Amino acid sequence: MNRLQIKSSTLLSIGGSVAAVAVALLLGALVMSASGASPVEAYQALWDGAFVGRRSIAETLVYSAPLILGGLAFALSSRAGLFNIGIEGQLITGGFVAGLVGAWDLGLPGSVYVPLALASGALGGMVWGFIPGFLKAKTGAHEVITTIMLNYLAMRGITYLVLRRDDVLPVDPSFIATQKVVDAAKLPILLDRTRLHLGIIIAIVAALVLWYVLFHTRFGYNVRAVGLSKGASAYGGIKWGATVTIAMALAGGLAGLAGAGESLGLHGRHWATAPGYGFTAIAVGLVGRNHPLGVIFSGILFGALNAGGPSMQSADVSKEIVQLIQGFIILAIAALEVVNRLPAIRSRLARRSAAQKAGA
Amino acid sequence: MEDFFTLDLLTRILRVTTPLIFAALGGLICERSGVINIALEGLMLIGAFFAVAGTYWTGNVFAGLLIGMACAMVGALIHAVWSITFRGDQIVVGTAVNLIALGLTAFLVKAIWGAAGGSDRVHSLPKVGSMSILVPVAFALVPVVAFILFRTKQGLRLQACGEHPQAAVSAGIDITRYRYLAVLSSGLLAGLGGAYLSIGNLNYFTLDMTNGRGFIALAAVILGGWSPWGALAAALLFGAAEGVQVQGQSTPGFPISSDLMVAMPYIVTLIAITLFVKTRSGPAGLGTHATTS
Repeated sequence: MNRLQIKSSTLLSIGGSVAAVAVALLLGALVMSASGASPVEAYQALWDGAFVGRRSIAETLVYSAPLILGGLAFALSSRAGLFNIGIEGQLITGGFVAGLVGAWDLGLPGSVYVPLALASGALGGMVWGFIPGFLKAKTGAHEVITTIMLNYLAMRGITYLVLRRDDVLPVDPSFIATQKVVDAAKLPILLDRTRLHLGIIIAIVAALVLWYVLFHTRFGYNVRAVGLSKGASAYGGIKWGATVTIAMALAGGLAGLAGAGESLGLHGRHWATAPGYGFTAIAVGLVGRNHPLGVIFSGILFGALNAGGPSMQSADVSKEIVQLIQGFIILAIAALEVVNRLPAIRSRLARRSAAQKAGA
Repeated sequence: MEDFFTLDLLTRILRVTTPLIFAALGGLICERSGVINIALEGLMLIGAFFAVAGTYWTGNVFAGLLIGMACAMVGALIHAVWSITFRGDQIVVGTAVNLIALGLTAFLVKAIWGAAGGSDRVHSLPKVGSMSILVPVAFALVPVVAFILFRTKQGLRLQACGEHPQAAVSAGIDITRYRYLAVLSSGLLAGLGGAYLSIGNLNYFTLDMTNGRGFIALAAVILGGWSPWGALAAALLFGAAEGVQVQGQSTPGFPISSDLMVAMPYIVTLIAITLFVKTRSGPAGLGTHATTS
């Protein structure tokens, strides 16, 4: 058999994601028409803003990097059976810690400083992911509520630290941000006269590593097993508690890396605002079918939507439509699940009518 | 410090608790029927926006209130169709509704008022003393919801749909109908809570003005053990934390940093949920369907 042959189920998932995006773009067009704008012009502007020209492509990839990493964080937690709504908090915690380490000026050369700052950002996110994982494993506290609370806690806590603790931390209260990251800790720029930094490479490498871990290591097998069935995996000797805790911590680490890339690569400091990437990351994970390689593509898609969004202004469409389209995409994906279940529903109906006939 | 414990503090607490009560009662009814509702946040935002837009369009604040509630119910209908009829993952669907609410309100604010940050000023609902008339309404709704849930046939049937959907179906209860009604009620109540924020407490809409209150309300439902009185107590706890923080900010010499006080509700929720999760669990059939497909 040809090893390159793709399984039909994979093709179905890809087709489903493409169809969901198409339906969502169509719904977005309806909203634009209703507000009196031309959807054709708006989408043309979106396309130009995202893909036409060197600078546009660079911007798309700049936006894609944190979304791919956030999408991977969502995918990893989902594979372990947890719904990680806390990516936002994990991301800003990572960005803040990386921003602090980068601003401290430790006098290190870039070859040491950059990995150190990135790792500390990942560690910050890991702590913020470990907490809900650990609470879930130990007490059963539902991760949706704990991660939402941790999101707000991270936002409030970081705001407090940057505004009030400039006595001990390298923060700048007048900017509501950390101080500037020193040059040695900055991620290198990949393309002259653009903002494209190393973050996109880090994201793609992370996706490949996660793909390997999920599908070719024992830990990855355990993660997928507990996600599919807590009971059956326990019967097979897999420790559920340890697995979900580690999976959530690693997911937090991926999100923290996303935030670190923003601080060290894009902004040169951590701004104490919430970028809202945590929620987009959920859409990225869902469209990528929680598969690391799928997440690369859906991350670039959402990066393009974000990068090209402001260009739609030229067609009198505000960039907020992008958020709306993201919501539509999730709804469309959820609706497609129904279509996937149709054979099962049909056979159930057939059984029911057969039973009724037998009864009569 | 003497100026800290004043009547002002009390009214402040009542004011910030009110939207939480509305949304928590809505979330409670929804979850009691077996449908998880993290869309409360988005439904509140839709209610807040369309209450202002409706008042702006009609020039009548009561018409605005009704329009806000009706639009939140439309949002809830999406949640219901996807969660109940399509049997989608209820958390995924709730996330979608929240994103749509954020995007739609931001888009419409620009389309209607041309400004990016918020709406023009409109009339606000009448006040009783210094508080909106919706404040007493929220508190009065608690016993009403408790009565409906625990003392009426419909309320008990609703609970059966959440506790044991299969048994409810066997007993001849139209579980789909009850769940739809429950989700729609949560839209109505969350919309009311949102409208309180925009045309009750203030007289305009700003972007993302719910600022996590829908999520806090959901936490109040869980913390309150899925009972109306428990939810009220939890909502008051969160309201007190926020009220004390705002009051502390305007009281010179208040010992705790107000930035840290803002974080209190979240810390309280985290600790409480961790401690109580074993003794208080939700409806057994939460998030499940009557039949497996």
